[in-house]
Amino acid sequence: MSDKIPVTVLTGYLGAGKTTLLNRILSEPHGKKYAVIVNEFGEIGIDNDLIVGADEEVFEMNNGCICCTVRGDLIRILDGLLKRRGQFDGILVETTGLADPAPVAQTFFLDDTVGGRMVLDAVVTVADAKWLKERLKDAPEAKNQIGFADIILLNKTDLVTPEELRDVELRIRAINPYAKIHRTERCDVPIQSLLGQGAFDLQRILEIEPQFLAGDHHHDHHHHDGHDHGHHHHNGGPKHYHDEDMQSLSLRSDKPLNPDKFLPWINDLVAKEGPKILRCKGILSFKDDPQRFVLQGVHMVLDGDHQRDWKPDEKRESRLVFIGRELDAAAIEQAFLACVA
Amino acid sequence: MPIETASLTSKVRAIEAGGHVVAIHFVGESAAIATGKGEILIVGGNKALIKAHKGAILAAAGDGKRIFTTGDDGKLIATDIEGEGETLADSGGKWIDQVALGPSGAIAWSVGKAAFVRANKGERSLEVRSTVGGLAFAPKGLRLAIAHYNGATLWFPNADAKPEMLAWKGSHLGALFSPDGRFLVTTMQEQALHGWRLADGQHMRMSGYPTRVRFLSFTANEEWLATSGAQELILWPFRTRDGPMGKEPFMLAPGRNETRVTAVACHPKQELLAAGYSDGTVMLVRLADAAEVLVSRPSGAPVSALAWRGDGKILAFGTEGGKAGLLTV
Repeated sequence: MSDKIPVTVLTGYLGAGKTTLLNRILSEPHGKKYAVIVNEFGEIGIDNDLIVGADEEVFEMNNGCICCTVRGDLIRILDGLLKRRGQFDGILVETTGLADPAPVAQTFFLDDTVGGRMVLDAVVTVADAKWLKERLKDAPEAKNQIGFADIILLNKTDLVTPEELRDVELRIRAINPYAKIHRTERCDVPIQSLLGQGAFDLQRILEIEPQFLAGDHHHDHHHHDGHDHGHHHHNGGPKHYHDEDMQSLSLRSDKPLNPDKFLPWINDLVAKEGPKILRCKGILSFKDDPQRFVLQGVHMVLDGDHQRDWKPDEKRESRLVFIGRELDAAAIEQAFLACVA
Repeated sequence: MPIETASLTSKVRAIEAGGHVVAIHFVGESAAIATGKGEILIVGGNKALIKAHKGAILAAAGDGKRIFTTGDDGKLIATDIEGEGETLADSGGKWIDQVALGPSGAIAWSVGKAAFVRANKGERSLEVRSTVGGLAFAPKGLRLAIAHYNGATLWFPNADAKPEMLAWKGSHLGALFSPDGRFLVTTMQEQALHGWRLADGQHMRMSGYPTRVRFLSFTANEEWLATSGAQELILWPFRTRDGPMGKEPFMLAPGRNETRVTAVACHPKQELLAAGYSDGTVMLVRLADAAEVLVSRPSGAPVSALAWRGDGKILAFGTEGGKAGLLTV
């Protein structure tokens, strides 16, 4: 009973190819059974034994926090699926094209039953290579889905030129430099690069480095725990990311932090600026603490813990990144640096 | 040091339910155990295993003669002690999440935002603003409470009057009337209970739980509402005109080693409670002196169902891990 059921969330604007991806995951010969939760108004034609229709009811928690929202329908459905535990290996949640991924993610942190028995594995966003740039202009939902993603499938690459593809990747990177991008034609991506990611698992936060454009370097690098591979080659990659209103903010300090300053500050920051912060993630070095402190958050919901001892050859520096809207970068950086011990 | 507790564990008839125990209700002398495999296991005078639903059983209710189960196959089925099933509703595959029984044979169930009531005058339905979280009949008359997002709706299915809305921000997931019909209590997503005094709509907030409350049960003397969700059994006083307003709850039978109460069922005749814990422990607790008797040792998975037979002579329990048991008291 101790193993939590992994849940993968599939988002993407209308027509980007979510259903294609879902069918691809379900039809690959991986020997696993998935329960699938789809939105009731979505496309049909999904071939699976266990498929449930959802209503996307976003409920505010009665705790005075406007961004503490959960998907009420999802709690109900996941509760129901828990009664069939053992009959499937994982759960795939497809959201509508207009959905905000945050309430889905927050459900796993704000509901004790769901959070105690299931774990959010990753948010996978399917983006249409041809139309994404247009959607980013006129659809805030599309921007949220990109900003929130752990993995982005840049789909329908066969419909654009190499220049257009590179251009749309730059747009994605301007919003979210940390997601893994896979270029696909019909969502043809190996399933193991989507599932079992542990993107919200504190124990699996290894490095916080921006991902570079897929075409810019072709070496295979596997992230082993604690292995500092130190690839900081910015050759050809964008050095400055820019989007009109959504941006990422990366903070760094090689001086140890004072936890008595840092923890109250970060709690206060997400409490006040939570609505503007989509995701945050950090690996922190506290003074006189032999262990790495890791944290990750969604809007106002913050989760942090000691992870493991710093290794002798590991550089003890603190990294903290935010993806959000209209963040006051200068003020946040100043306050972060003031937490140095 | 834990106090050496009296034990009835050797008197328990252990049962393998074969799946997550969703609910237990008594049909005649026998216990009917409803599981996540869609099966009903009848144990008592006779023993039978009935495949009632294609998928999981999601909710169940009982009137002492039949068990009424809803499934993710979209069916509402009444099963008697012989294992004979009657399909009372079929939504065509949409989950039927809730079922409740009322006075004089009335039955209510919900599919998404729609609540249905079947009573002697036929069937009616009402659509509420969001998915139905819980259903409860008032103890007298034909009046249904429907819990949903931002409140509960009170509906007289036989009257044409506009349903009454009791508003309170947040998601309401379960509902129960006090036995005297004066109060309605809901369980909330926010790890709290909310209550209304129906005469004047006065609010009652009952909060402080570390987890969501799933079980509500009034003691036999109707003076206390026993609840799950905390490390102890939490009992709210309902004996006075104001109910629990402005009062502190009473706490009993703390779980050992950080375990929490996951199920509670009050004895139908005596001031005795059965409590189930997150590690599978089952205890009997006497209200008068807080004396505890161990019924079942930890089995790993949380207790998910507890039920007394109407005469109070048998306690049945079940866990998420598929263990179940019967204790003759």
